[in-house]
Amino acid sequence: MDLSSINPILLIASLMVSATPILLAALGELVVEKSGVLNLGVEGMMITGAICGFAIGVNTGSPVLGFMFAAICGALLSLAFGILTQYLLSNQVATGLGLTLVGLGLSSLIGKPYEGIKSPTLQKMEIPILSDLPIVGRMLFSHDPMVYFSIALVAVVWAVLKYTRAGLILRAVGESHDAAHALGYKVVRIRIMAILFGGACAGLAGAYISLVRVPQWTEGMTAGAGWIALAIVVFASWKPWRILIGAYLFGGVTVLQLNLQAAGAKVPVEVLSMSPYLITILVLVIISARGNHGAPAALGKIFHASR
Amino acid sequence: MIRLEKRAQPSKLWTLATPFVAVVLTMIVGGIMFAMLGSDPFEAIRIIFWDPLFSEQFAAYSRPQLLVKAGPLILIAIGISMGFKAGIWNIGAEGQYIIGAICGAGMGLAFYPAESFIIFPLMILAGALGGWAWAMIPAVLKVRFGTNEILVSLMLVYVAEAFLASVSSGLLKNPDGMGFPGSRNLQQYPAAANLEIFQGSGMHWGVLTAFLAVIFAYVLLSRHMLGFQIRLTGEAPRAAKFAGVNPARIVFLCLGMAGALAGMAGMFEVAGPAGQITIDFNSGYGFTAIIVAFLGRLHPVGILLAGLLMALTYIGGELASLMLGIPGAAIQLFQGMLLFFLLATDVFINFRIRLSKTEAV
Amino acid sequence: MKRRTLLASAAALTLAFGGAAFAEDKTKVGFVFVGPVGDGGWTYEHNKGRLAVEAHFGDKVETVFQESVPEGADSERVMTQMALSGADLIFTTSFGYMDPTINVAAKFPDVKFEHATGYKQADNVSVYSARFYEGRAIQGHIAGKMTKTNKIGYIASFPIPEVIRGINSAYIHAKKVNPDVEFSIIWAYTWFDPAKEADAAQALIEQGADVILQHTDSTAPQAAAEAAGNVVTFGQASDMAEFGPFPRVSSIIDDWAPYYIDRVQAVMDGTWTSTSTWDGIGAGMVAIGEISDAVPADVKAEALAMQDALADGSYHAFTGPINKQDGTVWLAEGETADDGTLAGMSFYVEGLTGEIPN
Repeated sequence: MDLSSINPILLIASLMVSATPILLAALGELVVEKSGVLNLGVEGMMITGAICGFAIGVNTGSPVLGFMFAAICGALLSLAFGILTQYLLSNQVATGLGLTLVGLGLSSLIGKPYEGIKSPTLQKMEIPILSDLPIVGRMLFSHDPMVYFSIALVAVVWAVLKYTRAGLILRAVGESHDAAHALGYKVVRIRIMAILFGGACAGLAGAYISLVRVPQWTEGMTAGAGWIALAIVVFASWKPWRILIGAYLFGGVTVLQLNLQAAGAKVPVEVLSMSPYLITILVLVIISARGNHGAPAALGKIFHASR
Repeated sequence: MIRLEKRAQPSKLWTLATPFVAVVLTMIVGGIMFAMLGSDPFEAIRIIFWDPLFSEQFAAYSRPQLLVKAGPLILIAIGISMGFKAGIWNIGAEGQYIIGAICGAGMGLAFYPAESFIIFPLMILAGALGGWAWAMIPAVLKVRFGTNEILVSLMLVYVAEAFLASVSSGLLKNPDGMGFPGSRNLQQYPAAANLEIFQGSGMHWGVLTAFLAVIFAYVLLSRHMLGFQIRLTGEAPRAAKFAGVNPARIVFLCLGMAGALAGMAGMFEVAGPAGQITIDFNSGYGFTAIIVAFLGRLHPVGILLAGLLMALTYIGGELASLMLGIPGAAIQLFQGMLLFFLLATDVFINFRIRLSKTEAV
Repeated sequence: MKRRTLLASAAALTLAFGGAAFAEDKTKVGFVFVGPVGDGGWTYEHNKGRLAVEAHFGDKVETVFQESVPEGADSERVMTQMALSGADLIFTTSFGYMDPTINVAAKFPDVKFEHATGYKQADNVSVYSARFYEGRAIQGHIAGKMTKTNKIGYIASFPIPEVIRGINSAYIHAKKVNPDVEFSIIWAYTWFDPAKEADAAQALIEQGADVILQHTDSTAPQAAAEAAGNVVTFGQASDMAEFGPFPRVSSIIDDWAPYYIDRVQAVMDGTWTSTSTWDGIGAGMVAIGEISDAVPADVKAEALAMQDALADGSYHAFTGPINKQDGTVWLAEGETADDGTLAGMSFYVEGLTGEIPN
């Protein structure tokens, strides 16, 4: 075993890339859940975003347009979920699972003509001065723009939730929709907006996989990342900065286990490939054992304004 | 402005009507989709819903296959529906199914090549225990630490899959298998094979168990105190506490039951239709069963019918893709639509539409 | 109504004349695929073989296929339905379909079956597979010559004989031209998961590998290598030419078309018999994608020479002396491996580090 061949600087740099999709998706889901809605269809929205972004990226040659379109498509798909759960009052768990099914089917239908094509991808954005710094320059400051965007989005979501009136209303709706309704807030409308935001983030996350990380379109390419994003939200106790930690931790374990294999570590491969999930469970347990999970009180409950 | 108004009583008419409305809507929208894909929509719908049951060419074979496909779906869905009723979201039935299959097959293979009538019952027991134990992990963590069972049960699916890959290329690998992964074929080991009870009926022991589970769940939920406690926990957790229901007991019970049934389903599948443990012998029954549970509205009889309907769309979908070249993804989308339309129309059971001038919601 | 009676009498006639009229009828060929036809790798190439059958025989054949069929009970049902729908010949293109194929074949003695990569034959079941390890030998040679860091990364899928054969073959030939070469192997436990393959390639590159061999089907490792800039890759299962001339410098292509056309012809002629086929470069079942100009001319010439030697049988990719990993002798000087050992290969050759997971 030659662990010295694992370069921690490169490891961190590649875990940031590896974690960006789940970070984006988890951040979107956080906002959705803060509003009191549980959307289990992240995987379906991600894969739809992946193909929509890829298709536009290939056809226009512009990955940026691809990302924008992916966000729109993710949001449109989430609107189906929003209408079903908010207006037609369907069960959120079932609808979310249905959304995953629809997303997977839809994406592979759309994707048929795009199999085996190369797409334009985002160029690395070397941040002037900072990227020339020793160690941290390579580690933190020479990534593609979406990595920075995802981190910036964490800050924005955190600030909005914590300091703005909009964030306060969103949290109020998620804690008690009846009280929020009594105060005159439009519960359903607010939740629809949160759902749309979640869909857009999931779409971006999917497009990051198909346009940057792989970059290619293949059926089912998100391969369960949407579910991991859901786990990260709970893991983070519904706090934006902890989403960042959670996503990077998960990405880190995933990348590390591959690195350990490549370095010839004497750990059984199956244990290594289970490790990201086992560690997630472990951390979930530790966090929940400390109590105060921070789950929005109205999470997953159906709201109907009866007058 | 259209407004929903809660009905005093759930509508009996709509309860019965919505599945049909949903199926008809799915046929219409799905038909449009098939037409857009260049297939004759009427033929496609006929092949999916009619041919598996009545076509001269296929029905003799595909009718029994409906039971084979629906059996595990119903068995798993019955188990998880109990938890869903109590607000316990076990969405990791796939993992429990895998572990049950590994334990059941492992038990059978441990006796190979002995012949005894006791082997098969022992395998059922091992399968049930394996699934139960796997489901106890989220149960214990939830009761002891309050850990979210949705995520733990889901994460354990991935762990189970890695474990499956490991045993099928290691512990349970067929010694006569030329070094390829995969266990011995249990179909070829009479003492361990899950055979059809009546030749050509598709009715194997797992299907029978599924039907028994439906009856059991029906009696439990409608006639037994425990069933009442389960429902109460889901509908009004606070009231349940005041009524003296021990929430931990309900968690153990619901997850345990779901795990045991899913484990048995895995064992029956691996000893029967699938035949052997391979790296990816699981084909998503545990996830599809969640959809079946909701299609059946968490009611045992509903689940029975939903399982059969789902099996019909699978087998009919396969036929459609065979006869008309419709891509598999379109069938997946079709199934998703069915669920969506059912969820959408279900609103009419508890609500009625009112036109009003005031702005609502 | 009239037409139906006409058909009925035609059928009666056929029966009367011992089925001679059916010789004019179309031959129906079914394909059962494990992945989507657009996976760009394994299933994609089998589907190309299917299309080649259609192109070759035109109106004389009708092909049907079903994609993404899970192994196990579902595959058995799909095959049965295909046979019921009147298929004359069915190709089942994944190892996991082995027992289901045998089961279904027993129920339909008049239908011919062809199972890829398995080892169980029956009167109406043939087996066929390709000697991909011959291609791996060429890859190993080029890799050994081209690596500067002497570290070659290998993304393996599952620990099965085919994959292990590939690793051994590549290693032996890399070592032969470059005694300092080392292999880093990552078991991805998937045939196809682009994100995971990308991560695996990234991990190997970061640890100093400058050649990546892959036994998984997506082009994600190619893209990772392209981004890294100085890493050599090879196409797997299909040509992956869009990543040429660099990082993709060559490829192993599964070309099933000649075999499929041959077998369909045999069914048409009534000469089909149950056979076991394991063909390599010589029969054209394994093709080597164009070696690009990024490979130095002398290395390219050596590689092409090896390809010719493998093709005409004058060279066997496993020719002794070769020891097993534990140092015991496997093949003596000049001895070549027998097909039985190769088919069930479950050990590394000497020099490879690490263990085969199980």
